[in-house]
Amino acid sequence: MTTMTEQATQVYSVFIRATPEQVWDAITKPEFTTRYFHGTRIESTFEPGAPYLSLAGDSDQTLVDGEVLESDPPRMLKHTWRALYDPETASEPFSRVTWEIEPQEGGVTKLTVVHDQLEAAPKTAEGVAGGWSYVLSGLKTLLETGEPLQG
Amino acid sequence: MTCDLLVTYPVRVTTDDDRVFKALSDPTRRHLLDNLFERDGRTLTELVSRLEMTRFGVMKHLRILEEAGLVVTRREGRQKLHYLNPVPIRLIHDRWIDKYRERQVSALAYLKSELEETA
Repeated sequence: MTTMTEQATQVYSVFIRATPEQVWDAITKPEFTTRYFHGTRIESTFEPGAPYLSLAGDSDQTLVDGEVLESDPPRMLKHTWRALYDPETASEPFSRVTWEIEPQEGGVTKLTVVHDQLEAAPKTAEGVAGGWSYVLSGLKTLLETGEPLQG
Repeated sequence: MTCDLLVTYPVRVTTDDDRVFKALSDPTRRHLLDNLFERDGRTLTELVSRLEMTRFGVMKHLRILEEAGLVVTRREGRQKLHYLNPVPIRLIHDRWIDKYRERQVSALAYLKSELEETA
């Protein structure tokens, strides 16, 4: 099997039949994130300088921690990212995640996730490479059908 | 009887999935994706240097990949970099492949129980 070499910048993009406000809510509200983001609860005030935490759905274990860098609802959110669920990624420096939300014609919104500053975090880069596709596919399905992905 | 022609005779529209399947149907375009899979964030010049094809030809293929959402470009200083976006493939996987794989698995489960019962 071919494995993807770790990329210092990763870009993921998806078109969703929803408004920018709905996409923003799906990213920032725990009642949504538990249904598509590996069951995790998001916790943040989404103000610059505030902590960005992703907690395990069934406990208070912090799986990802970071800090909000920029926030412009419902268009853009930028925060740092450190995955704590694996001791190897937990010891790596913070990387950065930017969510860009752009309205398109016909009631469609383009969501782009840029995960960068991964140069010094190869384990994180490897870990999120498949993860973001799964998360964005689940987010799209949830917003368009009201149901999470099966399985 | 409905008089809504759009409902009764749906107009054939190109869907996102159509664009992805069409983009993936060409070996040069799959080769371009493999190049980005190997190392992401390449310039057009870099991609041209890895193919025996004119700059114009590569641009044409990249445009089809971009329209399908399989390639996303970003400006980095003065350079335009091309990134592989695997999400459309994931969507096809989640909506199509999983569906048929499930049926295949249940068919195998049925075969197993049939064979074990008759054994």
